[in-house]
Amino acid sequence: MRHNLLISSLLASAAFIAMPAEADQGRFIATGGATSIEGSAGGGIVPWATLSSYAEEGQWGATAAVTEVSVDDFRLSVLGVSLTYDNRFELSAAKQTFDLSTIGGELKQDVFGVKYRVAGDLIYGDLPQFSVGLQHKRNSTFALPSAVGAQSDSGTDYYVSAAKVWLDGPFHRTWLANITLRATKANQIGLLGFGGDQNNDYEIQPEVAVGMFINRNWAVGAEYRTKPDNLGFAEEHDWYDIFVAYFPTKSVSVVAAYADLDSIAGLADQTGWYLSLQATF
Amino acid sequence: MSIKSIIFAVALLCASTPSHADDSLYQELGGQAGISQLMETFVLEIASDDRIIHHFEKTDIERLHRLLTEQVCVIAGGPCEYTGEDMVTVHTGMNITRAEFNALVEDLMTAMEQEEVPVTTQNRLLAALAEMHSEVVGL
Ligand code: HEM
Repeated sequence: MRHNLLISSLLASAAFIAMPAEADQGRFIATGGATSIEGSAGGGIVPWATLSSYAEEGQWGATAAVTEVSVDDFRLSVLGVSLTYDNRFELSAAKQTFDLSTIGGELKQDVFGVKYRVAGDLIYGDLPQFSVGLQHKRNSTFALPSAVGAQSDSGTDYYVSAAKVWLDGPFHRTWLANITLRATKANQIGLLGFGGDQNNDYEIQPEVAVGMFINRNWAVGAEYRTKPDNLGFAEEHDWYDIFVAYFPTKSVSVVAAYADLDSIAGLADQTGWYLSLQATF
Repeated sequence: MSIKSIIFAVALLCASTPSHADDSLYQELGGQAGISQLMETFVLEIASDDRIIHHFEKTDIERLHRLLTEQVCVIAGGPCEYTGEDMVTVHTGMNITRAEFNALVEDLMTAMEQEEVPVTTQNRLLAALAEMHSEVVGL
């Protein structure tokens, strides 16, 4: 955590210094979204159809983010980076460390993501923005997942997402909605490996997000993510979060959230906070 | 007056009602004076925006200000007439990119902040202008 904080403050100051001369910032503030826990641009727990940074057609952009999620018996730390070109291609990588505070030990995985905007636009025109993506995950602490019935130490999620912004939505506020359908075998997003004794097939899981902008710099919203239930040793549940996002400039953003991760590995009522800091280049 | 001409007069009245139906955005923007002031601040923002200023090098700024004011007035449901060229004709040949369109809209956002236009009013105007994206970009 201390390490992450150091990195994040470095990132933030680097972003302040580097801006605005070097970045191509062809999109509106906040349209790059935040960095989700799997590294893809999105909200907190859901990858969105939006592409990271503010790169428009022909432009490059990048982000770096640190995220901490702290619930009763666990703590998740994520370092994520992404690169976007043309508001069309997004590459991302995330390093997750899941601290089993109560049980002892930790689980780790790396996630490599690719996203491609297929059609439509977040803001203009009638079509929503459609993207397809994948997240390839490699768990480097497979002993525990394997002991509880996981079948594989790596797996790939595939998803399609649609997102739309209404500049003049209900209450004359700007609103965003996103729906993502993910095909996955991951147990607890992959931290407990892939596939299990109860099910070893891909399942399609819907994930949704809704947000409202109070003004151009502040947004509030919620996300809901369904998850498979492949392991016999403990039931796996859906997750949700309620967030506040702050975009003071196009260089930095902060997301704070209340997260409800239900029961994990048999430990009930895992609720707590989520904090993510992102720098955009 | 013949029946025909009465029907004609009524039809004409009906046809012209929509423009009077909802002028709430016009009112929120401060009417003629408010819009003119806002467009002045907007044009000044454009003039200091390196991302797009090159497009306006030969532009008659007075005329642009007048026509933007007319156009926003009409969009907002105000009692005005737009006397300029249509959007497609004006912007054809400029090769305006998506990023440049966004830059111009950001200048309007900045102008509206400076003029202390409420967020809800800003959103109404922005949504109306966003509709014109395809009449301006990539032509
Ligand atoms: C919704 C967005 C826009 C609206 C409502 C709009 C509106 C207008 C209007 C009303 C005029 C005057 C027309 C006339 O002279 O008859 C005009 C002219 C012009 N517009 Fe736009 N415009 C938009 C976007 C843009 C963008 C993004 C650019 C470039 C970055 C641009 C560049 C110009 C230029 C250079 C002229 C002046 C042409 C001349 O010198 O004759 N416009 N625009």
